[in-house]
Amino acid sequence: MEVPARTAQALMGAQSMAQGGGSGCLERNDWICGEYLRTRSQELLDATLQHVGITVVSVVLGLLIAFPLALLARHRRGVAGPVLGLTTVLYTVPSLAMFALLTPVFGVSPSVVVTGLVLYSLTILVRNVLAGLDAVPAEVREAARGMGYGPARLLLEVELPLALPALVAGVRIATVSTVAMTTIGSVVGYGGLGNLIASGMEGFFKAEVLTASVLCVLLALVADLLLLGLQRLLTPWTRARSAGRRTRRGATVAKAVG
Amino acid sequence: MSVDAITGAWQWLGTAANWAGEKGVWHRLGEHLWLSGICLVLSCLIALPVALWLGHIGKGGALAINISNVGRAVPTFAVLVLLTLSPLGSHGDWPTVIALVLFAVPPLLTNVYLGIREADRDVVEAARGMGMSGPQLLRRVEIPLAYPLIMTGLRSAAVQVVATATLAALAGGGGLGRIITAGFGNYDTAQVVAGAVLVAVLALLVEGVLVVVDRAFDPMRGRRRGPSGKTPAPAPAPAGARPEPSRST
Repeated sequence: MEVPARTAQALMGAQSMAQGGGSGCLERNDWICGEYLRTRSQELLDATLQHVGITVVSVVLGLLIAFPLALLARHRRGVAGPVLGLTTVLYTVPSLAMFALLTPVFGVSPSVVVTGLVLYSLTILVRNVLAGLDAVPAEVREAARGMGYGPARLLLEVELPLALPALVAGVRIATVSTVAMTTIGSVVGYGGLGNLIASGMEGFFKAEVLTASVLCVLLALVADLLLLGLQRLLTPWTRARSAGRRTRRGATVAKAVG
Repeated sequence: MSVDAITGAWQWLGTAANWAGEKGVWHRLGEHLWLSGICLVLSCLIALPVALWLGHIGKGGALAINISNVGRAVPTFAVLVLLTLSPLGSHGDWPTVIALVLFAVPPLLTNVYLGIREADRDVVEAARGMGMSGPQLLRRVEIPLAYPLIMTGLRSAAVQVVATATLAALAGGGGLGRIITAGFGNYDTAQVVAGAVLVAVLALLVEGVLVVVDRAFDPMRGRRRGPSGKTPAPAPAPAGARPEPSRST
């Protein structure tokens, strides 16, 4: 993970050099070109926003579909096998074929890419939601029932919070793979940064390809860190447990209050 | 799905001319299988010794796990195009071969490493106590116990290779993906769908064949879950240690 960061630094370095020296790195078709960053910043921004948009919509939709599916699979064990089997089969289909098969359904539109990515994310999300809910200790569930919790309240207030780490782990994996796979959407013209990679390839434009690729990896990294942060925020008790000692836990609480 | 697309694709697949020649299905399928096979063998030659050794000595865990995460975050398409534009691009199939190997190694490495690490420690200790040497231990105890995860790794790697070989078409390589990209280029929906069906069927066939191979060669076939079996089933992995399906294509 150091490499992209270093490349980004190099990019910035090249930019400042280009500003000072005014060398024609675009004419020389260098891999790293500050002039490219400056003159095409709007194009880069648009592509990045499209990339982020497609990824967010896909993962959110995936989660909205995966959650009821996992609940259904949990309550009717007969459904679990077919649901997991079907999502695994979908996962085996290569993305280029998936987008190609969806094109006649939706026409050339962002729906093709989003639908394909949602189908892929289901495999990871359904598994992780199921694993998370299964990992809730039976005693905890019993205790909550004994305290008079109904099924809905049990799910929302006890099981869901306890399943959250596994759930977020699944969302992180799904998000990172979705960011990478969005690039293939360029076959229908909705691939975010993938569009720039594709046009860079056609025009043999090295700076465009490298910049878009680096941005794509950075995007995946940032998304992963943001989700990790969100998990820490939502499950403060896991942090307290990993901090270990009671004295330190007390200190954390005091700090949080202050 | 519009009915036109399905009947169109069916007609395309039923036309003999589409199967013959340099751009025909048979030639593209040959390219696809040839590249996938070579790269899968290469990836095994690279990943298996490293993973078996790291797992045996019990070191390098962070590397084995993180390499999978890195593999997921890097877009295959970007790597293919970067390699094609690099000086390697003028050397025929090399960009494709390198990209295929790069994306097949992580699932192999992670799964095989975890398989060896999670082999029942008591059994391994007992074997050591019986006087087995390191290589004997690895061959007779750790590898048979790790077999399920080794095969999982091989399956993910094979599926990954077939998918990446499809993408090679986007960067000007051969393989079945070429039928899809050519279809997109000519606005020929029938050809796009026909190519996609061929690719999907190939991927599912590869997965299916490997499932059969997995069952047929299981060194502990029928003994793994036997109620009175002497070999205990490998302990279930702690939550979170189980590798996730890894794909970026």
